[in-house]
Amino acid sequence: MGAGPLLALKALYKNFGGILAINDLSFELAQGELLGLIGPNGSGKTTAVNLITGFVKPSSGAVVYRGRTISGLPPYAIVRLGISRTFQMVKPFYQLPAYKNMIIPLCSPRVKQMAGGRYGDRDAVALDLLEEVGFERDAQVAYKSAAVLPQGYLKRLELAKAIALKPDVVILDELFSGLSLAEVASIVPIIERLRQEGKSIIMIEHRLKELFRIADRVVVLNFGQKIAEGRAEAVMASDAVKKAYLGVEA
Amino acid sequence: MFLGTIIYGLLNSAVLAVMAIGFNLTFGISGVANFAYGAMYIFSAYLSWTLFNLLELPYWLAVCASIPTTMALGALMYRFVLLRVRGQALSEVIATFGIGLAILELFNYLGFVGFEYTLPVLIDDSIMIGDTMVDWQRILVTGVAGLLVAGLWAFTHYTRMGLAFRGIAQDERTALTLGIESDRIAMLSVSLGCGLAALAATVIIPLGSISPSEGYEVLIKALAVCIIGGLGSTGGVIVASFLIGFAERFTDTYISSHWTMIVSLAAILLVLGFKPSGLFGRQKELEERI
Amino acid sequence: MERRKERIDRGIKVRAGDVFALCSWREMLYLLAPRLIPVLGFLLLPLILDNYWQKVLLSVAAFALLAISWDILAQSGMISLGQALFFGLGAYCSGVLTHVFGWPPLLALPVAALLGGLLSTLCLLPVLRLRGVYFSMVTLIIPLMLVRVVEATKIFGGTEGLSGIAPLPSKWIELYLIVGALLAALFGFRRMLDSDYGLVLKAIKDNDRSVINAGINIYWFKAQALFIASSLAALTGAFMTHVYMFVGMPVFALDYSILPIAAAVVGGPGTLAGATVGAVILVPLSEVLRGIGGLRIVFYGLFLVVFIVALPEGIFHYIQRKYHQFERWVEVQ
Repeated sequence: MGAGPLLALKALYKNFGGILAINDLSFELAQGELLGLIGPNGSGKTTAVNLITGFVKPSSGAVVYRGRTISGLPPYAIVRLGISRTFQMVKPFYQLPAYKNMIIPLCSPRVKQMAGGRYGDRDAVALDLLEEVGFERDAQVAYKSAAVLPQGYLKRLELAKAIALKPDVVILDELFSGLSLAEVASIVPIIERLRQEGKSIIMIEHRLKELFRIADRVVVLNFGQKIAEGRAEAVMASDAVKKAYLGVEA
Repeated sequence: MFLGTIIYGLLNSAVLAVMAIGFNLTFGISGVANFAYGAMYIFSAYLSWTLFNLLELPYWLAVCASIPTTMALGALMYRFVLLRVRGQALSEVIATFGIGLAILELFNYLGFVGFEYTLPVLIDDSIMIGDTMVDWQRILVTGVAGLLVAGLWAFTHYTRMGLAFRGIAQDERTALTLGIESDRIAMLSVSLGCGLAALAATVIIPLGSISPSEGYEVLIKALAVCIIGGLGSTGGVIVASFLIGFAERFTDTYISSHWTMIVSLAAILLVLGFKPSGLFGRQKELEERI
Repeated sequence: MERRKERIDRGIKVRAGDVFALCSWREMLYLLAPRLIPVLGFLLLPLILDNYWQKVLLSVAAFALLAISWDILAQSGMISLGQALFFGLGAYCSGVLTHVFGWPPLLALPVAALLGGLLSTLCLLPVLRLRGVYFSMVTLIIPLMLVRVVEATKIFGGTEGLSGIAPLPSKWIELYLIVGALLAALFGFRRMLDSDYGLVLKAIKDNDRSVINAGINIYWFKAQALFIASSLAALTGAFMTHVYMFVGMPVFALDYSILPIAAAVVGGPGTLAGATVGAVILVPLSEVLRGIGGLRIVFYGLFLVVFIVALPEGIFHYIQRKYHQFERWVEVQ
């Protein structure tokens, strides 16, 4: 791998029927880094993720991953390169048990390729992965139907689906939203373990306190523009950020 | 001959636009694809015919009765069938399709077919434009098309209800939080779509005759126009109507009348190949397109 | 005092279906009966029926195949309103192969099935990228337009169609071929849809973005499902061509689109068995009702609406539930 950044957004613009959702956005993600992406509601965070993962095509600008322009590729091709994400709205396959939900990512061509064509029993792998994200094996939670799982487990399931792809970059879209403090506290170690494995992570969060504890760097968006970037404390001290969040001149 | 083809292309486009606009309106607002649209068109035509010929009501009264009745039928269809399966695309499609089928085939069974089943033209006269004879009814249809487009635009931009329609169309959840009842609006949209089908029947049927197969024809044409134009886009309906309307007339004049349907089919396949969501498919990348 | 209905699995279902502790003939029979009875029924019926009802059985099997094809598509999130397109393309392919090129029917059948499936898939390929009703709209209008194309271009016999097409060697081959195809399709595709591959197809219907996010090219999967389903329907069309010894514009008729949907919806969508049950009920029923002519289609339409609104699970799920579970009213609070 070269010395350059793992993932770079270069002067991205996105126009939704006359509304500029993303306005000249550029930032970079280094290998092994945990980057927080924050901003008020409607500031374009999720659109930025959609642009990176190919669900939305940029009006102009480029997303570069390992020196290769990936904007313009279909989303499934981007996933195969090793960028996986979670969705803000978790929408599992409700009629299936939790571990059967894992079959879909385990059917991915990327998983097949990484495992050299042989992956063993998918059900067993699914159960192992779910245990990693905190589905207690003894309590048989993994066998329960996704329809009866509480929000905390659904978020873990969403995380497990992203991890199952053995990604290099994981993008977590508001993973903590709707969770209790205790639930967040139990997911944080999972994220830290991902970092130890060398994965690069982008986290979109509104739970700033929890985010700042683990993020290396944050990027602040407002009205689709980057208004600040850097270490958490430094960024939150900046006037522009205070104004965006609190709506007052600091 | 060339001028005549142009004129008839224009008139034909207006007919198509009038046929398609109701279907498009319903889909644009509530996302309901009303496959009973052709049946509603035929239902209102037969109703007008019955009132006019059997009950011998004055024609204007027959029309004034049949359009609201069709609208009521649409509202009932929404209230008692669609409401129960709302949001399940499969069920909505099958339910409206089943209703349309039952209505059309019932008329077919009752034997309402033949040239005597037609509605009177409003102005039984024609004028010469250049050396082309044009009957006033076709000009009337063109006028209605223009008025409809203008009226709908004004309605959705300047009236409370029209704005609510647009609100639901753009974002149902947000509209709900603003106190717009999405079920009521959706019911109105289906009802209004059926009313437009009835209006279309009133002005278009006098050009031909009423028959159940005409119902399928209208549905096909409305679908073709909406697919090419892009579902839910009024601009798309107009452009697609012109496209198909002129293409059909030119094929008719310069090739053969048998080939007109092939032109529409080719147009559909061509547009789908290049732009699957239609020429003016709404820009909802995450919602409409996968 | 409120009451609520409680449904509990029968003991025999738990032992035989979930735990697989088969200790008695009764338990084995419990598992086998629902599978063996239809198989034996379809295999033995041709032997005991008279000529007329053999023809009815033939069209039961044909419509069941069309309904299974519809259900495979529906389970992958594609609602076809035009099974006639697949049916008709298969019919024309086989007709042309035997009539124009002089192929033997038994060779033309499989080739026509694949060719018809391929043509249908190519026709609909662009629509696969779109969600929602586009697929339904396009499948509804293409067969109706193709009729006009045949009429206008006078291709393959035009309005007259091609008649005198070589029939299959014998009545028995005919019957057992279609019944065998039905049973193979029913059990084979049920298995396919229960496998991981089928899980991906069903997941595309439920939440396509989540499937894309697994790095899976959903268009490719949808195209595969479309090819499988349309080939099955094309095979049926090709088969019927040789039964009628004729192919012409009627193969694109609305009947071939509606009856399969009605069968699948009445029988219960989501299990191919439901589609078969629906065909077994509706096709003989429409034979009995032959006297009322066009009114039959009115009833199909009403059937569709009533079942979609009142009993969306369909007959098969209802029977299945009664077979596996007992119900009782319990008082709450």
